[in-house]
Amino acid sequence: MSARKSKAITHPQDELLRTDRIPHIWCSGCGIGTVFSCVIAAIQKSGYPLDDVSMISGIGCTGRMAGYIKLDSFHTTHGRAIPFATGLKLARPESRVLVASGDGDLLAIGGNHLIHAARRNIDITVICVNNLNYGMTGGQVAPSTPFGAKTATTPIGSPEEPFNFCALAAACGAVYVARWTSLHIRRLTDSISEAMQKRGFSFVEILTPCPTSFGRRNKMRNALDIVKFYHEHSVIRNDIDPKEATLDFSRNLVMGKFVDIERPTFLDNYSLINRRELGDWPNLEEKVAVTGKRISK
Amino acid sequence: MAGKTVLTGTHFMHGDHACCEGALAAGCLFFGGYPITPATEVAERMSRRLPEIGGIYIQMEDELGSIAAVLGASWGGTKAMTSTSGPGFSLMMENIGLGVCTETPCVVCNVQRAGPSTGLPTLAGQGDMMQARWGSHGHYEIIALSPSSPQEMFDFTIRAFNLSEQFRIPVLIMSDEVVGHMLERVVIPPENEIELIKRRKPKVSPDQYLPYKADPDWIAPMADFGDGYRMHITGLTHDERGYPVMDATTQENMITRLVRKIRDNTDKIIDYDTFELDDAEVVVVAYGISARSAKRAVRDARQKGLRAGFIKLNTVWPFPEEFIRDVAGNVRAMLMPEINYGQMVLELERCAQGRCMVRLVQHAGGGIIPPGSIVDAVETALKES
Repeated sequence: MSARKSKAITHPQDELLRTDRIPHIWCSGCGIGTVFSCVIAAIQKSGYPLDDVSMISGIGCTGRMAGYIKLDSFHTTHGRAIPFATGLKLARPESRVLVASGDGDLLAIGGNHLIHAARRNIDITVICVNNLNYGMTGGQVAPSTPFGAKTATTPIGSPEEPFNFCALAAACGAVYVARWTSLHIRRLTDSISEAMQKRGFSFVEILTPCPTSFGRRNKMRNALDIVKFYHEHSVIRNDIDPKEATLDFSRNLVMGKFVDIERPTFLDNYSLINRRELGDWPNLEEKVAVTGKRISK
Repeated sequence: MAGKTVLTGTHFMHGDHACCEGALAAGCLFFGGYPITPATEVAERMSRRLPEIGGIYIQMEDELGSIAAVLGASWGGTKAMTSTSGPGFSLMMENIGLGVCTETPCVVCNVQRAGPSTGLPTLAGQGDMMQARWGSHGHYEIIALSPSSPQEMFDFTIRAFNLSEQFRIPVLIMSDEVVGHMLERVVIPPENEIELIKRRKPKVSPDQYLPYKADPDWIAPMADFGDGYRMHITGLTHDERGYPVMDATTQENMITRLVRKIRDNTDKIIDYDTFELDDAEVVVVAYGISARSAKRAVRDARQKGLRAGFIKLNTVWPFPEEFIRDVAGNVRAMLMPEINYGQMVLELERCAQGRCMVRLVQHAGGGIIPPGSIVDAVETALKES
């Protein structure tokens, strides 16, 4: 009772929440809220001036994160969060740009941008929530949907093989790649925080429950059942080859940090090239970019 | 690294290059490119010039990425542009709409080629004029300029940036292959003679700032990312706070602002030139490369004793509705030569309101309209009107 009489109670994360937009749209049992909380904790932990941190999202359930965070945030069109973030980061190199979106947005309609941003090593952090389907439109097949799983557009079961997002990001040149479930709250928060500290393209995938759209078609109607399933099947294998970090729902779901390397960013190399000190390709001089090693010869 | 931003002087310059130099003179420091004939030379020159003056050129993976990066750079506080042609213009449409909806200043130059589809990549067309107006889904207003020479590629690109900053809208430069690839004299004035407009900044503190609360002229002051205003921007229908609100009232308020900030300011946007209009019986209305043919045709017609006049549209969108209506009341006919089978002529016809005859001089694309066919059309119009 005494608390009620005192000034409004504030939550430690309120400074980063648009509290006037709560309640949010996410379904009960959805994992995005947990991920969102971890993202906020990681931003707070990072110590970056909040005016310099921004969140860019695409379309979909996860895309709505940008609307709830009290930072400069932009809810772009479907698939275009990464190229928007690219332009923003290059125009304002001092900013820390987070991209938060779902598997359909980032890996299907936006897949081309993801692979090229990773290749160029654009200095942004991508938080990819993987709920195994297109949740917002009611649960259609996605590039993450496991082979054989039922969705609204694969009523008998998906005939497609899914991507291994972490292996893809790593193959394209990401300097930091990790995967957790939305149960791994502490590890996930640390991982996002670490990813934000990296100079370059960092990628964190989070496997989340989607009981409403995916679970109910796959005998996982109850959110708690999905969470238990993830808990029982997750194994942590840090530093293994991301190609082997698979999501095999009949055996185990491999979590961990798989990539943590240094590589010059696009802007490092852009300024290096434009200083005209490297000589002519293919006989480039060994030069070190602002940070990281320039691979040549 | 240090290069000159404004290449003051007289040049023999390529149209696409003049577009690039106009952008740099306007303060553009970001270009998100993707190669496409016949606009590639804009990107190529940008890739050389921007690093010299501390700007960024990035060649994106496709035109979807180019326009998205341009919007991102603009919110980062940088004047930004891209260039493309038909197929790329089609790909950019969705995010041009995002730019309109979120009121993002930026410039898109379309060096038109003949379509549809891959069409004639190396040859001229003017078939994207209605796409420029209506190509993105939903209802909105847009600003589009149409240069007819390398000099205008330079001048209009500066104006495009000024209009985009002033009205917070993507501004389209509707050029064409002939203007883009033409070499002509381009005079670049001294830097201090180039008038530049910058986006209006908020004057209130962050806790009082509403990103879409417009001033009386319908334009809302714009904070950039990193300015400390911590705003949310979305392509969803949004209220003054920038927050998505899914109802018809919010939609009406937003569309009203997007439309009226252009419609109520047409006197500041619309620009045209006239020639031999005073006693004209037939007026040729033209834009882009077809304006060059039209002017020659009007001169030739005058030499034949025909009372022909000329209106050159420098802005094509918004269309000079009232001016055309007034002229239509004083002449027998209006002709529109354009390299398509009838696009802007529909607008001309609408605005003439039946007060005079309106005829199209068409060309399917792949070449320009010979002045002779416009002169013939003037003669026919005088006989039939």
